[in-house]
Amino acid sequence: MNLAIRDIQFHRGRFILTSIGLGLLIGVVISMGGIYRGLSADALSILESVKADIWVVQQDTNGPFAESSRIPEDIKYRIKAVPGVADASPISFQTIQVERQGKPFRFFLIGYELNGFGGPPEILAGRNIRQKHYEMVVAKAMKIEIGEKINLGIHDYTVVGITGKVVSSGGDPAAYVSLADAQDIQFKKDNDAIRNDRARINSNLAGIRSLSPVQAKYVNQNIAGITESTHTVNTVVAKLTPGANLHQVQEQIRRWNHFRPISVEEQTKILTKGMIEKSRMQIGLFRVILLVISAVIISLIIYTSTIDKIKVIATLKLIGAQNRVIIGMILQQSLLMGVIAYAIGYGLILLTYKRFPRRIVLEAFDLQVLFIIVIVICTLSSFVGIRKALKVEPAEALGG
Amino acid sequence: MDKAMYAIEVENLTKIYGKGETAVTAIADATLQVKPGELVAILGPSGSGKTTLLTSIGLINEPTHGKVVIDGITVADQGWLPGLDLKRMRREKLGFIFQHHNLISFLTALENVMIALEINDLSPSEARSRAAELLTSLNLGHRLSSYPQALSGGEAQRVAIARALANKPRVILADEPTAALDTENGKNVMTLMKSLAVENQSAVLVVTHDHRMVEGFDRIFHVRDGLIVS
Repeated sequence: MNLAIRDIQFHRGRFILTSIGLGLLIGVVISMGGIYRGLSADALSILESVKADIWVVQQDTNGPFAESSRIPEDIKYRIKAVPGVADASPISFQTIQVERQGKPFRFFLIGYELNGFGGPPEILAGRNIRQKHYEMVVAKAMKIEIGEKINLGIHDYTVVGITGKVVSSGGDPAAYVSLADAQDIQFKKDNDAIRNDRARINSNLAGIRSLSPVQAKYVNQNIAGITESTHTVNTVVAKLTPGANLHQVQEQIRRWNHFRPISVEEQTKILTKGMIEKSRMQIGLFRVILLVISAVIISLIIYTSTIDKIKVIATLKLIGAQNRVIIGMILQQSLLMGVIAYAIGYGLILLTYKRFPRRIVLEAFDLQVLFIIVIVICTLSSFVGIRKALKVEPAEALGG
Repeated sequence: MDKAMYAIEVENLTKIYGKGETAVTAIADATLQVKPGELVAILGPSGSGKTTLLTSIGLINEPTHGKVVIDGITVADQGWLPGLDLKRMRREKLGFIFQHHNLISFLTALENVMIALEINDLSPSEARSRAAELLTSLNLGHRLSSYPQALSGGEAQRVAIARALANKPRVILADEPTAALDTENGKNVMTLMKSLAVENQSAVLVVTHDHRMVEGFDRIFHVRDGLIVS
């Protein structure tokens, strides 16, 4: 006869409620682990979807995700000309927050060359962007229907396709537009700013007495063209030819083009070690705190349950029960509680993790390690009850 | 092995609680013998030392001085004998009946008896059939699956008696077994214990303060202020 199970069966209401409570706590611990893995997955999501070998960014920056990076669009031609580079394509990134249905709506806008790469990794519904302007492909997570129009700046963009789960390192879902559109949205000045710029340039040129009115007009047109230009991108991504030496190509770009070529490995390090390190540590700390709380709760439950059973334990000792019978009863209950609570927590997260606002990635390894930790905590926690039980004198069974 | 002449032998048993000025002698120089099949009562008012005597014989309370022999095995001689497995002795040689039946609340009547057998290394199936047989013989066949809370005081005490008898002990020690029962149930329990003592050839030592409950006992010891006075 298993005393632990018989006790649980008899007090099943209390046991189930306790296990549910503990299960919720373990569920939070599981979800925290999932959020951490999700952070890593989100951080690398665009990196993986672009599938480039080198990210060329502004010199001395860690762009384009960790730091701001602005480079001329036309350096793509110089990058393409570097020996070992098979293809290069400019990309722009921008976080946008607009009002949609009366609520703030945030997403990560990616502009890419329609004949280049770095666009949507897959099209789940609708089609890819075909026109150079005013078309948009959005991530499924944005929950926007095909045909819907989104106003960005001074233009409306029509959603023509739905892509998979691509998000920014901050977890915002991605939307794709043509590079020209993205540059307009990101860099084009509004009319007031353009008017102000023109007025300032005119005023400055008027001060140069040596220029004739014709010369001044010509210079004015060129300067205005430069200041109003939007041909800037955040990065140019490059793919290498098979067998090309990554380091040699990087060195070539660094030395002759004065840009920073970041390999995928380096970019991964920047994203994971730099950008999400603090979040990771924060979540890790929360997990440890929650596990300590779980341990305290389990210890308390087992201890109070042992106190409730003092008379039973004394009676068992009096009739000659071996210590293993008593230790087994307490340890088994503690372990059962841990296993059931873990199952409840796991089940709960399994049913709900897709509804979380941020991505939850459940890794088998994390789950296995957590299960072992729960078992260790239960075993250690039960020592509190076992210690108490072993101190109970058989004489306590006597009398009222 | 030949059975010992006495199931219980106590010689000059003394139990002193505390030390120095705060020392209290609970029982002093108690000497008694109980034969198998004999029903013996220890009568005395509260605080007279009768429970201390019972717990010392029951291998719960270590005697300060004196000798205790159970079924021919010396268990205490100026303290417990070194190397003695008290739990095993209690399991195999002794049966306990308490004032409040002390049944385990989360086990049925049948399981409460089974547990005593299982901790004595009987297989679950053997324990089940033997416990059922025992309870049926005590007219509790219809109460096998009942939890202690659903049993009347008399029924619960009979289950406790069945548990005490489960391992066919040589000695049954009962501490105020009728205190929580009405007179009729109390007398029934005493009659039952007497018949079982004879039937199983177990020595039954009952501690009580109720004179009405000791009718038909083979011998009665009176304890007062830690001394067996008669």
